[in-house]
Amino acid sequence: MLDFDDIQHILLTRAPALNGRYVFLTFRDPEGARAWLSAMLETVHSARAMRESVARDRRWVTLAFTWNGLRALGVDEASLATFPEEFRQGMVARAEILGDTGANHPDNWVDDTKSPDLHAIVILFARDAEAHARCVAAHDELLTRHESVQMLSTLDLAATPPFDYAHDHFGYRDRLSQPVIEGSGDEPTPGSGGFIKAGEFILGYPDESGPGPRLPQPEILSRNGSFMAYRRLEEHVGRFRAFLREQGQTPDEQELIAAKLMGRWRSGAPLVLAPERDDPALGADPRRNNDFGYKHQDPHGYAVPLGTHIRRMNPRDTAANMNRRRMIRRGATYGPPLPEGAADDGVERGIAAFVICASLIRQFEFAQNVWVNDKSFHELGNERDPIIGNQDGTLEYKIPKRPIRKTITGLPAFTNVRGGAYFFLPGLRALRWLAALGQAPA
Amino acid sequence: MRALGRAARRLQDAVTLATVNMSNTSKKTDWSKPAAMALPKGGYFPNRVEQGRYGPVFPKTPACYGFTIIAKIIPGREPAFHEYAQRIEKAVAETPDCLAVLKLHYLRWVLFPIKGETYFMYQGIFDTDFDKYTEDAVAIFTSTGLRTVFENLEGFPEDWQTNPAAFARFVREHQCPSFLEYGEYPYVSADEIKKALALKASFSTMLDQMQ
Repeated sequence: MLDFDDIQHILLTRAPALNGRYVFLTFRDPEGARAWLSAMLETVHSARAMRESVARDRRWVTLAFTWNGLRALGVDEASLATFPEEFRQGMVARAEILGDTGANHPDNWVDDTKSPDLHAIVILFARDAEAHARCVAAHDELLTRHESVQMLSTLDLAATPPFDYAHDHFGYRDRLSQPVIEGSGDEPTPGSGGFIKAGEFILGYPDESGPGPRLPQPEILSRNGSFMAYRRLEEHVGRFRAFLREQGQTPDEQELIAAKLMGRWRSGAPLVLAPERDDPALGADPRRNNDFGYKHQDPHGYAVPLGTHIRRMNPRDTAANMNRRRMIRRGATYGPPLPEGAADDGVERGIAAFVICASLIRQFEFAQNVWVNDKSFHELGNERDPIIGNQDGTLEYKIPKRPIRKTITGLPAFTNVRGGAYFFLPGLRALRWLAALGQAPA
Repeated sequence: MRALGRAARRLQDAVTLATVNMSNTSKKTDWSKPAAMALPKGGYFPNRVEQGRYGPVFPKTPACYGFTIIAKIIPGREPAFHEYAQRIEKAVAETPDCLAVLKLHYLRWVLFPIKGETYFMYQGIFDTDFDKYTEDAVAIFTSTGLRTVFENLEGFPEDWQTNPAAFARFVREHQCPSFLEYGEYPYVSADEIKKALALKASFSTMLDQMQ
């Protein structure tokens, strides 16, 4: 039922990549932009093509466009007007809604993604550094032959050691909880919530509420496409480690504090199932590490404080309509690792990720506005998400404990938003249609 | 003795729950002092408009959040409203928490005449600004049949079920903001009230068991 030949691979698969690059582009004229796009078409894998060739391939490419980018390619105004309101406004205009204020405000972003001239992104995932270097050189060379297309900025991604599992610069194991699309051929791990209707993530299919909304026009452009929210989050590793040392006397106590912020131990073991002691084997076991709920297993937050990151990003059985609030995440770390025990070197490092969903306003923006940055989440009051929430140093964090809870005041900001944008991720047919705009019909 | 220990533990949990979930606003404002708030014309304080996903958010008052929707009904549809009332009474009796996600205090549904034509007023008082739970409200209306009331209103969008933005727009266009609101126990949420009552009940039980 899913059109695997048309859907871009990033929606349905994860590339086995250690390296990558995000290239942010601007188009100077529509014809030149389309010529570049035509040259790029053969590099974009569909989901089916990727699954068939993943063992052999060394690089995977994804193309996506901002609303201004679609216009810059030559999409007409009548069609542009049919795209969703929040996508048309762009992430910068939605900053207050997303909680991107103060230090997270777009004025402080570093990569020109806030520019209205941001038109496109090329996402390169490469198996290793050698493939990365070869592809970067090839694309740089391609750009010299397409002067209408210019780079606004780039960001290189690389996995941080140790390489046995994916984790961020803070050391937290990642990619443990993912929605699985009905008909994708994947199986959800226990606790991951059952199959989700394709329309929650891919345009043109029924979603969890019914037939799905009207497609942006023309249909050939939007069918099998999706929307992506790009977020570049700097991680202040020195500050984070210093905080753990302040809050815990022993390494075990420090690990517990780290777990109480995230909702999982850094090994990935969920606090609900391992409330007092880390259990790395549990963290590594996909049959068990996501199999839990909150309503019956931890209603008061004694194991997982009510305001932890994972409890805010996925309230599981304590929220309504969860099947309408899921998101697909893809991304990687950037910047050099900071060795344990080393003082912070001031070099920017963090995670740069994409949140993929069929409705930015209902899925991504809802999570940011109602869960991550809302002080009245679970009526906690003076709290926001301790990992990705907008922290200005005045907020607190409450850890329920018998008999008296622990309250940390003046929680520091461990992350800051350094870039972001809303992209439309077209299907392959749509990419070909875009590349052929302006040509007389055959 | 074990029953007493269990009761004490339940009491401890109730105390912890009440304190863990005490919102910052109820610590800053005094729930024991009734308060009133006058509001500017249009319903917003000019320099303090918070942006929600579907538009500006009406400010929180001592009567928490709410709306007053007024719309003309499609002539002749009055019986549909009364049938609907029976249906909702039954739905809530069968599933008391069917409206829980809307964080309601009170709802009032009213029909009234203006110059011989019938108008509908839907007034709600709740703990979360409407913007946050627009899609959940649409989902509830779809699943419980609450929708059949709105579909009897002139101008209600046909595609409201797949288009929450259109639903939100209808609500905003028919919203009549208050110019004054009063709260007997200002800013206190329905959840906090229920927890306070649960705490009181736990105390009573524990005292009983100590006799």
